[in-house]
Formats: sequence, structure tokens, C-alpha cells
Amino acid sequence: MKDKISGIAAQLLIDNIDTDQIIPTEFLKSIKKYGFGDYLFDGWRYLKDGDLDTPVDQRGIREDFILNQPPYNQAKILLAGDNFGCGSSREHAVWALRDFGIEAVLATSFGDIFYNNCFKNNVLAIKLKPEEFDKVSSFVSNDPFQLSISLANKQLEIGDQKIIFDIEDSLIQRVIHDLDDVDITLKEAEAIKAFEAKHLTAKPWL
Amino acid sequence: MNKTLYDKLWEMHAVNPDSDGETLLYIDRHFLHEVTSPQAFEGIEKKGLNPWRLDSNVATPDHNVSTQRGKMMDIDKADHSLSKIQLIELDKNCKKFGVTQYDINSEKQGIVHVIGPEQGLTLPGMTIVCGDSHTSTHGAFACLSMGIGTSEVEHVLATQCLRVRKLANMRINVIGTPKHWITPKDVILHIISKIGTAGGTGHAIEFAGEYIESLSMEGRMTICNMSIEAGAKVGMVAYDLITETYLKERIDENDPNMIEALNQWSQLHSDQGSEFDREIVIDVTDLLPQVSWGTSPEMTIDFNDDIPKTPKTKKALEYMGLENEDNLLGVAFDKVFIGSCTNSRIEDLRATAAAIKGRQKAKTIKEVLVVPGSRAVQAQAEIEGLDKIFIEAGFSWRDPGCSMCLGMNEDKLTPYERCASTSNRNFEGRQGHLGRTHLVSPFVAGLIAIHGHLPKDLSEYHYER
Repeated sequence: MKDKISGIAAQLLIDNIDTDQIIPTEFLKSIKKYGFGDYLFDGWRYLKDGDLDTPVDQRGIREDFILNQPPYNQAKILLAGDNFGCGSSREHAVWALRDFGIEAVLATSFGDIFYNNCFKNNVLAIKLKPEEFDKVSSFVSNDPFQLSISLANKQLEIGDQKIIFDIEDSLIQRVIHDLDDVDITLKEAEAIKAFEAKHLTAKPWL
Repeated sequence: MNKTLYDKLWEMHAVNPDSDGETLLYIDRHFLHEVTSPQAFEGIEKKGLNPWRLDSNVATPDHNVSTQRGKMMDIDKADHSLSKIQLIELDKNCKKFGVTQYDINSEKQGIVHVIGPEQGLTLPGMTIVCGDSHTSTHGAFACLSMGIGTSEVEHVLATQCLRVRKLANMRINVIGTPKHWITPKDVILHIISKIGTAGGTGHAIEFAGEYIESLSMEGRMTICNMSIEAGAKVGMVAYDLITETYLKERIDENDPNMIEALNQWSQLHSDQGSEFDREIVIDVTDLLPQVSWGTSPEMTIDFNDDIPKTPKTKKALEYMGLENEDNLLGVAFDKVFIGSCTNSRIEDLRATAAAIKGRQKAKTIKEVLVVPGSRAVQAQAEIEGLDKIFIEAGFSWRDPGCSMCLGMNEDKLTPYERCASTSNRNFEGRQGHLGRTHLVSPFVAGLIAIHGHLPKDLSEYHYER
């Protein structure tokens, strides 16, 4: 059970960061669900492009990219611009964030498919109102070490200030208890079977 | 109560609405491809499960396949080892679980969003999902269709359902009769430039109005395809006579089940007086051909308009190498790509052919790829002689797949190459590391291929859809 996320917060305040930026297509050739952390923001992180067969230490680090700089290379929380994770449905984007060590992403809005994918992988995506986001952002600019997220209370804690964030219970429960959707749904197998029988009778062409 | 099309489709498939707004939505059709499915198959295998309703699943390789493979290819001889692994994995999983696959050598193979409708697998009123964001394409058939992640692919395989929340209703009414060079691609690019790439986030968009009603199914698919570029994972068009005519070529009209189906499908439209959370009107009467200038689909202008220069556009203009250009008219292109689930259907290829007929590729253009969306589109184009028009113009006529839309196979841009592309995303690096993508219609792509740049005056060109 997880009830708190705290750690270094990094900021990437660009709007409309798409999932092709979070992880370029080349790395989607892997058939595994893990091992994508080195390729997070790949196009912005290395001097040379590469593929799954190229060791990243041969590609040159772009020193000016925030996630390459200490302490942000250890970031657990990411503050991102509006509409983060728009574009392709690739879940690899969330796997890359997770494998890098990011446990929570804060933004004013997210791409719909990306947002769903986060909660299937124990990554907390928090939507904040613009004024709240700006407040957290300015605080983190001054001190990247002090942001923590209390899950059960749905609360951001920065120093002695607290901001309640809005999120559906079923989503946050997934992160707290690391629940698996298939297990949850299969408890309702009888209801699905009953629905299916009726549905396929009414629409025999399906 | 008066219901929207989305409300009707939702209610038809909601297994058990729960208290927290999360609903089990029953899925009628599940398309799979080689890139987002291996981890999902592995997931159900580890749980000891089988696909819940096997015949709802259809797979085909598309994202990663070579477009120079010829009619028959031996997978073991595929050149790129990593791509080969995904093709073999899809083959292996489909055989193991008994999933129907239109494999690499099948006459039915193609981009999933092209073959679904074409093979009669996409039927009105269905819920359709696929591990690909352009699944919204199928909404052209009054379907509730959307892209999902790999965990959801696993979930659909295992349970035949998705756990989802209901979206808000949005309607975009497209009115007016556009000029003759305007294609559905110009219209959807224009809509995205108006409402922004997050304009439809959280919404299911229904495209309506006289312009949409006038479109063929191919045109409607192009429009619904790019709903996701407007932020909406669901895009739809109501069922009408044009839908029915398209389907009657693919179903047995005398089958009693199909008579009942046609009867039920005729209800697949928003009721008079139904309410939308958001509604906008777009007039296309005076629309000019659209071209993207930046690194997001919303960064789109009229072909002859000034490039917007503000502190906010600086980063994109630097990436695109356009800091010193006032407009796009003088900009030289290196490559042209005609293809993708947005624009690789027969009408699209006809539009390109109409733009170039009798003329040659400009000498300054290094390569023009024409990648049909499916084997069926390829065969039809060859019957119509379009392949000859392309080959005589110096273009490269390829085998079907996603190709340079996402640069996952060997079809990609090299750094700083500028490409006119009929695909859907101009993101940084989308078509190859540091490549520069301009989204255009298949008609404009043809014009750029023969001129090497955008023509200043369109009056001598003609394209009737």
C-alpha cells in the first residue's frame, strides 16, 4: 500500500508535450513492458539519436535538459505543461516515466488516453486548476525537495501549505493499492455474460 | 428524452454503470496490431486466460512492416531484427490463441483502420477499440470507437469490456460548400487549428452539418481519424444513406439478420433537440488548402498565409527551420509522403493523381512515397492505372503499411529533411529524428511533389471530389 509520494520535483513547462516526445516510436519495437526509463524524452535527452541496440552512454548527454541535471535526474514528481501526453495511445510513454522513477505527474490537463494509461501502471496523474498549478510551480522553482503528495487525503503538501486536488476515488484507489483492472472486472464476469447473451441475441450480426 | 448519437451508443453497451462514474462498456470489435499487443497477450497468458470472445478480435501487422516487401514475404528474411520480432510475435500469439490474423502475405492485410471498414468488420452501432489512437476513424460508421493503451488491450482480451467514464458531448457543424481543391483533410486540419489540439479533450465529437453529410465514407473517415489531433478520442458521424450504400456492397442484404441490422442502424443519429455540452460551427465556403507550419497539428494555416511569429511559436519555428521565412510559399521540400490511416484510401490516391497527372516529380524532390492503405486499395489503384501515373511521375509505389507516418520501419526522414505528408502528426521527430513534417491533403502533396514547393496560384489546378 502506498500513501505518500515525496521526492524531487522537476518541471517541464511546455504545453502539448505529446507521447512521441515522451518516448519516440523507435523504442516501441520492444515487446517487453519494462526497461524504457533510459529512453524517456529521448529526443531531448541525448545528442545523437539511437535505438534499442545502441547503448545510451555512447550517445552523448544533453546537459541543458532538466532530467539530465542533478538533482532532477532523480525526480519522482514531474510538473508539466498543459495537455501533457496528447497524441499516440502508446502506453510505453507511461512505462518510460515509471521506469525513470516518476511516480506522479501534475498538469492542468492531460491527453485522455495517456491519463487512463497512467492509472493502469501505478503512476498518479493529477489535474490542477491553473492558479493552483502556478502556485505549486513557483514553490517547486524555489525548492525542488519539499513537495509531497498524500494519497488518501488527496492533498499536495508544500511546506506548511496544503492543496486539495480532485480525483475520482476509483482512480486513486488503484494507485494506493496497486490494483489490477482485469482482476476487478472478472469479479463481474456473471454480469458481463448476462449482458452479452442479451446483446448478441438482439444483434445477431455481431 | 432526446439522445445524442454518443448517448445511444453508450447506453447500448453499458454493462453496469457504477456509482463512481466508472462503467463497464461491452466491446463488439477489437483490432490488434504488432506493436501494442505483445505485452497484452503476455498478460493474459500469465493469468491463464483466453480471449473472452475470440471472434471479436482481428489482427493485422501494419505499423512496422516493410513497404518494399513485394506480394510475398518470408518473415524470417525481414531485414530489421527488432521489427521481425514483433511480426513473429503477432503470428505466434494469433496462432496460440486462435485470433484471426490478416498476415503479412494476406490479400486483406493493411492499416487496421483501412481494412476494418473495407472488409466489413466495422459495422454501425459497434463499440470498436484498438491499441492505436486513430481508432476514432471507425466513428465515420456511427460507431463508438476509440484508441486504448496496452493494459486496456489486455483487459478487452480478458473481459470483453473496458472500464471507462462517459465523455461529454460535443458537436461540430460543418457548413458551406468549399472550393474545388478542398479535401476533407483541409477541413479537419482547419477545425484543429481553430479549436486547438486540446479542444476536444474529455469529449466525444459528432461531426455534422451539410458538408459532412455530403462526404463519402472515405472522406468521413479522414475527418473522424483526426479527432484525436483535436484532443477527442472519439469522433463520429451519423448513419445515413451514404453509410448504407457503402455497407450494402459488403453485406448480404437478403440475410434476415442484415435486414434487421439495417433497420436498427437507421436509428444511429442524434435525436432532434438533443443537447450537447459544446457545439461549434465551421464554415468552409471560403476555405483555402491548409498546411501545418509547426510541431503540433494545431499549428496550421492557409497555404498562402503568413507564418505566426510570437514568443510562443519560436521553439517550433526553430525546429522547423522557418525562423527566417514570412510564409510557406518559398520553402523548398525534400520529400513527399502519401499514405497513413488518414489519407491512404482510394479517393486519396485519386486526389494525388489528379494533381500530378502527366507531370514529373520536381528534380529537387528526393523521393515521393505513395503507400496504399491496404492490399485492396493497392489492387484497386492498379486496376485504375494510378500506379502507372505515379511511377511515370517518378514516385515510388509501395506495399501497404503505416510507413513514414510514424517512421517505425525503414521509411523515415533524415535530420532536417522537409516533408509534405498526408499523415496526421507533425510532432518533433515523428517521421524521423529531427525531420520536419508539414501536414497537407493528398491533393496538395501531389502539387508539392511536382513543383518542389507550394504553388502560389491554384487556379490552374482542379480536383473534383
